[in-house]
Amino acid sequence: MKKGLLHELTKGIIEENPILIIMLGLCPTLAVSTSAANGLGMGAAFCFVVIGSNLVISLIRSIVPSQIRIPVYITVISTFVTIVDYALKAYLPLLSRSLGVFVPLIVVNCIVMGRAEAFASRNGVAASLMDGIGMGIGFTLIITLLGAVRELLGNGTVFGFPVLPSAYQPFLLFILPPGAFLVIGFMMAAQKKFFQKGGAR
Amino acid sequence: MISQNLNFFLIFLSAMIVNNILLMRFIALCSFFGISNNMQASVGMGFAVIFVMIMATTISWLVYHYLLVPFDLLYLRTASFILTIATFVQLEEMVIRKLFPPLYRSLGIYLPLIVVNCAVLAAAFLVIDYNLGFLKSLVYTLGVGAGYFFAIVMFAGIRERVNLAPIPKSFQGYPIAFITASLMSLAFLGFKGLFGL
Repeated sequence: MKKGLLHELTKGIIEENPILIIMLGLCPTLAVSTSAANGLGMGAAFCFVVIGSNLVISLIRSIVPSQIRIPVYITVISTFVTIVDYALKAYLPLLSRSLGVFVPLIVVNCIVMGRAEAFASRNGVAASLMDGIGMGIGFTLIITLLGAVRELLGNGTVFGFPVLPSAYQPFLLFILPPGAFLVIGFMMAAQKKFFQKGGAR
Repeated sequence: MISQNLNFFLIFLSAMIVNNILLMRFIALCSFFGISNNMQASVGMGFAVIFVMIMATTISWLVYHYLLVPFDLLYLRTASFILTIATFVQLEEMVIRKLFPPLYRSLGIYLPLIVVNCAVLAAAFLVIDYNLGFLKSLVYTLGVGAGYFFAIVMFAGIRERVNLAPIPKSFQGYPIAFITASLMSLAFLGFKGLFGL
């Protein structure tokens, strides 16, 4: 059982990474990853929502009639999203402003809904909790990495610290929308090459 | 940001092209990559999104300005919008099936998918964030929907050609789709700054 739980935790990080493999939750990933700090902030907000909603949904899964489960899940998820939205506005107004409309949009983030439907509604509390943490970490990892790469190439800094020599001419394109598509395209190709057994599916 | 005295046409163009929801704002990308394999499905989804988006913004605008603001319930915004939209899509599906069977046959399977399409919810939020009046909200939403349609149909066309091209193995499928999207987004970037928005 212990090994099973550990597997639930680690599978979200590479094997079933929500962004690169399951291809869910792309919208916030690409939009807010203009810098590593933004990516980390979004990842943290997302972690809170997915862990919270997985926990609550796995607790109430036996008392929710299956016909109305989707609205119930949406209500649970949107409660957590509202908490995050207001907490960010109160304590980190700057981050909240740069994440903008994407914080309330976590509600319709397909990962959260997908995990609720595919995992938390069928598994126990402990497993769902682990699954939520794993998915959260996987998401945060990718979004922060994406943010760091874009910030490095587009601005010469990582987390606001200058990394490249000052002679480096910032390649502004990477901060702009096309850069996001480009970097994630290359990340996916790399992931496909190095982590997937047997090459392309 | 969008100022109050812009005329309707500029609002429409700005929502459709300058701030294209897929390529510039990165909203609703899941359906963008999921459905654009197929031209016909993209057209169907495009129409369905325009249709639902207009209805959803109408409802959520009214809910926001006549229910949430007067009763000081702003913190319920996220929950109330998503529930209204979900219920409404369901209702709409039933009405269309009953009254317009041909339309239902062509849109049918896409309607339920739209509940989880963030574009609809995002349009409702953006209209509130920009503080637009009722008519301007409708025009803005129409622009957002038209932009979605425009981008997804173009992308589907390009992908049909790309599928036939010789591509390195690890880039096949989604990676090359993202790189295509990147180039399209670059083209749209050329519109940035138009009308001084």
